[in-house]
Amino acid sequence: MSFTPAPRWHKLLGRTGLYLAAVVVFVVSVFPFYYAFLTSLRSGQDLFTPSYLPEVFDWSNYVSVLSDTGIARSLFNSFAVATLTVGGCLLVSITASFALARIQFRGKGTLLLTILCFSMFPQVAVLSGMFELIRLFGLYDNLGALILSYLTFSLPFTVWVLTTFMRSLPGDLEEAGIMDGASLWVTITRIYAPLLAPAMITTGLLAFIGAWNEFMFALTFVISPENRTVPVAISMLQGASRFELPWANIMASSVLATLPIIVLVLIFQRRIVSGLTSGAVKG
Amino acid sequence: MTLATETQTRSRGLAARFFNHRDLSLMQRRARSAWLLVAPALILLFSVAAWPLLRTFYYSLTDASLNAPGEAAFIGLSNYLDMGGDFAFGVLADPLWWRAVTNTLLFSATTVSMELVLGMLVALLLHQKFAGRTILRTAMLIPWAIPTIVSAKMWGWMFHDQYGVVNDLLAKLGFIEEPLAWVAVPELSMWAVIIAEVWKTTPFMALMLLAALQMIPEDLYESARLEGASAWQRFWRITLPLIKPAMIVALIFRTLDALRVFDLIYVLTSNSEATISISGYSRQLLVEYQDMGGGSAASVLVFMLVAGVAVSYLFIGRVKLNETGGHH
Amino acid sequence: MKPIHLTTAFALAASAALGVGTIQTAQAATLKMECGATGNDRAFCDYVEQRFTEATGHDLEFVELPNSSSEKLGLFQQIFASGQSGVVDVFQADVVWPGILAPHMLDLSDGLGDLEPHFFPGAWQNNVIDGELKAVPGLIDTGLLFYRTDLLDQYNEQPPQTWAEMERIARKIQAAEREAGHDNFWGLVFQGKAYEGLTCNALEWVSSHNGGTLVNADGEITINNAGAAEGLDMAAGWIGDIAPRGVMGYQEEESRAVFQNGDALFMRNWPYAYLLAQDEGSPVKGKVGIVPLPKASGDGQHAAALGGWQWAVSRYTDHPDAAKALVRILADAETQTQRFLMTGVSPARKDVYDDPRILDKAPYMSELLSVFEAAIARPASPTGDNYARVSNAFYNAAFAVLNGEMSGEKAVADLERRLARIKRNAW
Repeated sequence: MSFTPAPRWHKLLGRTGLYLAAVVVFVVSVFPFYYAFLTSLRSGQDLFTPSYLPEVFDWSNYVSVLSDTGIARSLFNSFAVATLTVGGCLLVSITASFALARIQFRGKGTLLLTILCFSMFPQVAVLSGMFELIRLFGLYDNLGALILSYLTFSLPFTVWVLTTFMRSLPGDLEEAGIMDGASLWVTITRIYAPLLAPAMITTGLLAFIGAWNEFMFALTFVISPENRTVPVAISMLQGASRFELPWANIMASSVLATLPIIVLVLIFQRRIVSGLTSGAVKG
Repeated sequence: MTLATETQTRSRGLAARFFNHRDLSLMQRRARSAWLLVAPALILLFSVAAWPLLRTFYYSLTDASLNAPGEAAFIGLSNYLDMGGDFAFGVLADPLWWRAVTNTLLFSATTVSMELVLGMLVALLLHQKFAGRTILRTAMLIPWAIPTIVSAKMWGWMFHDQYGVVNDLLAKLGFIEEPLAWVAVPELSMWAVIIAEVWKTTPFMALMLLAALQMIPEDLYESARLEGASAWQRFWRITLPLIKPAMIVALIFRTLDALRVFDLIYVLTSNSEATISISGYSRQLLVEYQDMGGGSAASVLVFMLVAGVAVSYLFIGRVKLNETGGHH
Repeated sequence: MKPIHLTTAFALAASAALGVGTIQTAQAATLKMECGATGNDRAFCDYVEQRFTEATGHDLEFVELPNSSSEKLGLFQQIFASGQSGVVDVFQADVVWPGILAPHMLDLSDGLGDLEPHFFPGAWQNNVIDGELKAVPGLIDTGLLFYRTDLLDQYNEQPPQTWAEMERIARKIQAAEREAGHDNFWGLVFQGKAYEGLTCNALEWVSSHNGGTLVNADGEITINNAGAAEGLDMAAGWIGDIAPRGVMGYQEEESRAVFQNGDALFMRNWPYAYLLAQDEGSPVKGKVGIVPLPKASGDGQHAAALGGWQWAVSRYTDHPDAAKALVRILADAETQTQRFLMTGVSPARKDVYDDPRILDKAPYMSELLSVFEAAIARPASPTGDNYARVSNAFYNAAFAVLNGEMSGEKAVADLERRLARIKRNAW
């Protein structure tokens, strides 16, 4: 089979199209965030008129948010809760997904469906029951309550996604492992986990953001300011009067709440591209 | 193609080996270890989630009030449907419930299909090699990273008829002469909600699909290219079949979320019946009306609807949950 | 007058604490009171804390709660349903909550019932559920008509007394301003989104046409009448004429944005908007006036929906007497005056409206007195824990009329059937 290279201009056109698409995706994704940032630099009356470029760089909203509201503490709490939730989920999911994807046993389909069922209820419906459970465990007003309750939506997600990706890996891997006499645990952690890196990072990131942004459980199960997470802290920002929304402060906090995620994605996104393409496996 | 045939031969050999006696015990051993491996996740999940769910089922059969859940009396299926009296009562007899069902199905079908198409395009774009890919990958995730309670309010202001950027941009680009009342007029407000939702959740779909794309061995494309397959053929014959499992899982979780949408709609259009969702309906009964029985019944119906949709996905996508990877 | 109140308050607070006996006074309790986290609210809370510890020797801690009132209600319901004590002892309840949260609120009749004569009767009666005093009014709100003094002067008009007058002036000035190049100028903005605020707006339209308050004090459904239909039709006629279509997506802040930007002549809003519109940096500073909302021509009446927040005590508190002592401090004349001076919210006590400190800061307060006195409560007390359903049905009916989906006449007839369905046998 001969491979005819495309003409030069054809390639150029393709490149231009690619960059054009990249610019469009970039603008659409970032514009509202940029707009939030703009708003966070403005104050009072300016908020009501649209504008696209910053006129002033007034950082006072950031100063007031950081000094008055303890948002720094909330950022730390959110980080701790999200990290522990995702860490726990990935740990138990990787072994579960290995079993579900690569071992033939009865009741597997039912098991997967049952796990999925847990994320089919409206959150508000499980709120009361979860509250009772939290109090039973003595975890009210404790970050542990959040980690525990976040498992209900994170775990089904990580198990399902990892199972799917685990299934798509070639079959000879574990043959090799088992013939070497390696234990299942070693097979999983040494052979599979590295290959699943892109999937694990992706799943982890998505679950992390999910936990980071959760609001209803965080509002209900925690009451003291020192245990509060970011979305709740933002919802408690008050204006000078009851109806007034302190828009500039809300935007400043939102920018602060989004920054850690951006940093995280920057750190981890390189790992998304590793995996099979980097040639860890010879088929 | 080579990979597929190779695995096929391999699995045939494996199947043959499974029938002799020594390997049968190996199979049993493996099944036992399978349960051991699944156990931590299962125990964790059941210990946290089982009680709230069972409780919701139970309360849906009682006349419990949120004010005094302890004093609930068993009333059978009356929360679902009660034909006694002058009017039919119960969630299923409430025209608003059926309106919410229509709204939710419309919302989910529209947003999820738009997200799938856009997410696929973005994923394919990010799969290319070009300068600035790192920045774009990060930027792309921003909509997903902003807390919903904030992004919903942000869109609310961006949709303001007089001062919102959306109208401002549309007018500057010459698409509209008069400002549109986005979140006010029911015909438009559903679209406003859909636009905000698609913007927010496309990154989820894109990232999942990107991860799936990254797991496809590069040499498959190489050989296809050598065989003279066009880009479209390569996408259709290699990419799509190989990312299908991940795509279906992404679709399932997106749909699950879309079918349970609440806060975005609540912030943008409040309790308007024109855009109410089934989760919004359940919340209204449960929290605003203190009707724990009715609200739980509505939640169970939400569950049944969501479960039905999820199962039909698996059916249509011909996903075999019992399948074992690597031995096709 | 004021010093007397102060001393009685102290005396009563002290006696309340003493009344429980020596055990309570011997060991100081720690009470948890709801308080805003930022801004002027914190200054007010600090003032209360100082008063409270001085008077009773107990400690006070603050609990922050979400800004949005629906989120707050949801949170209270979870906390109270679990019967947990020690989360919050003294909290603020929205004017429509006493019917909903009544089972969780401590009866304050014994110990605070004597304060009744000092308060606006509407606000006070709203908190009496089945003969029990469930809360004491902390601040009062009502709907008002805001207008642009400069524009009325310029076009030689007076603030309107009737809706018809308001429509005429709005139409005239809107046309003239647009003629002069102010393209996005509108006659009127209000709150038309399908939420509790529309219930308040629509109740004002209906009541000012003598259409009643949906459900009367005896619990009878009264909404299906010609006045109610007329009121709703009137508002529907504004849409696209003197009010932008977008108003059907507006809450308080969205309408204030339009008015404060100088793009509307009239606005229906709560008193909070006055201070902000007159604030430094506001484009309409010094050009804003307020009057009672217009009435219907003929035998119509001025009607303003009652809003506001009430101080209530959780039934699950471990320190009921200390909590009552705290509410007594929160309810006294000096505290309510201080709160106005610090945060600008209108006191729920009518006897502080002649306080020179208040009048110095805000001369318009004396005019508001009569509006507050005549404020109309939403039917929260007669409908009890069904109020949310009633209100929801009402604002969705009003929204349908605004949207042109149905006539006022059909809407009120439908609404009557719907309310009967909600009521079933009794509220």
